[in-house]
Amino acid sequence: MSTNVTLDKLSRQFPRSVVETHTHRGDATAIVRKDEILAICRFLRDDPELAYDFMMDLTAVDYLGKEPRFEVVYHLYSLSKNQRVRIKARVPEADCTIDSIVSIWVAADWFEREVFDLYGIIFNGHPNLKRLLLYEGFEGHPLRKDYPLKKRQPLIGPLN
Amino acid sequence: MTDSAKNLHTEQMVINMGPSHPVTHGTVKFTVTLDGETIDDLKVDIGYLHRGFEKMCENGTWEQVMPYTDRLNYVSPLINNVGYALAVEKLFGVQAPERCQYIRVIISEMARICDHFTNIAAGAMEVGAMTVFLYFVEARDLLWDLLEELCGARVTANYVRFGGVKNDLPEGFGAKTAQAFETCRKLWVDVDKLLTKNRIFIDRMRDVGTMPAQEAIAHGFTGPCLRASGVPYDVRKAQPYLVYDQMDFEVPVGETGDNFDRYLVRMEEINQSMRIVEQALARIPRGPINLDMPALRWQSKDDTYNRIEALIFHFKTVTEGVKPPAGEIYSAVEGANGELGFYLVSDGSGKPVKCRVRPPCFPLTAAMPRMMRGRLIADIVPTFDMINMIGGECDR
Repeated sequence: MSTNVTLDKLSRQFPRSVVETHTHRGDATAIVRKDEILAICRFLRDDPELAYDFMMDLTAVDYLGKEPRFEVVYHLYSLSKNQRVRIKARVPEADCTIDSIVSIWVAADWFEREVFDLYGIIFNGHPNLKRLLLYEGFEGHPLRKDYPLKKRQPLIGPLN
Repeated sequence: MTDSAKNLHTEQMVINMGPSHPVTHGTVKFTVTLDGETIDDLKVDIGYLHRGFEKMCENGTWEQVMPYTDRLNYVSPLINNVGYALAVEKLFGVQAPERCQYIRVIISEMARICDHFTNIAAGAMEVGAMTVFLYFVEARDLLWDLLEELCGARVTANYVRFGGVKNDLPEGFGAKTAQAFETCRKLWVDVDKLLTKNRIFIDRMRDVGTMPAQEAIAHGFTGPCLRASGVPYDVRKAQPYLVYDQMDFEVPVGETGDNFDRYLVRMEEINQSMRIVEQALARIPRGPINLDMPALRWQSKDDTYNRIEALIFHFKTVTEGVKPPAGEIYSAVEGANGELGFYLVSDGSGKPVKCRVRPPCFPLTAAMPRMMRGRLIADIVPTFDMINMIGGECDR
């Protein structure tokens, strides 16, 4: 399949960092080590045969009980090749950080802020890593699976 | 003159626009740092409409997510319904029957037309053209009447089901649509005459909020705002879903990527969407509207009451939810604002592990500071209108 061009190239370029690749229902996925995420993303964008110029989506998933606990998920799209790829980087709870990719796709700015806000994953090198959807002073990260569904944190009065 | 202007002592002033301001439909706050009337810096504060969409999804069954999707982009809820249903079907590895696919194309395009009508209506009103608002809201209402007849709701449709739709098109739907489109086209021509060569409108829109193609891509623009910058990316063409590959339609693109081009692109997309609806209505085949797959699609009430197997399936799927095989998928449709993506993770149980929406207006709103720095405060209004931030979708 043609999407495997990306996965093949990626595995060859970063043999140590690409942990696993698979294709499920036509979605090509590469699971990579978080240390080299910046180099991998830059390669995906700049390689002329891949040219992933769109950072379509960036999110995280909490697999509570598994180790590493979090996965940061990137969905990239290449306009010229009309290809999509999903890159996943596993982030353990003990070292809940990953490098920010704002320097590669400026679109990642708010997406990373949202993930920080809702999952508490810290993006190293992000220019303005503040809560986005919730307010400053909110305690905890509600999309973590151990955040209680019905917990209330009403915001009373203005923030100062 | 210039020297005195340069040496004039000015002081920066910070003002808040919003969260409740007439132009911030939805609720959003701009913190604007002004030098005179020029914007030095702009901060966008979103989240006022955050309802915890993903948290709710993760604590409900797969079916229970469907009504929540209505409340994402509430101006075109049917596209959200279709997008979510397609994503779950991709997770299952199934496809809806052909007639259902045609119905989904029809309702998606009607929702897109409604969205563009609303966007242009509100945008024109906020730069002073009240008549346009009345005309396009009338046009939108004609379509909403049709949709109400179809699914019983004007806004919160909840019409699409996994592997099907709730009910078939009502009697005489095609004829009524043709009639409604006739009026819509007349109103379209009126609005075109009122706006497209209107000096005031052009002055407010032309060369305002400009995004060159390369920057628009880097900022993650999709939809009409990306196409206004001259990039012909449309999910319906690039990765056709449903029966879009059998439809004959054009993808309009702009040249400069300013607000006026965004307006023109949307106006033309209304026409193209009407073409698609007409083609789909003319070609729609007979046949079932639902997949015959009891583990996915609820059985009819008749079957549930009269056949024991159907009753068992009904009981299982209602209490436990349908159970997609474990796995993860990303599925995108062309929403009214751009690429509406769903990233779903299933562990094989009746509840999603993750139900992520890629909201198309989110990166557009994030680019507001880039588009507004160095411009005048009055430019915020038309730009914010034309990127069409929808609170429910942006904040989820």
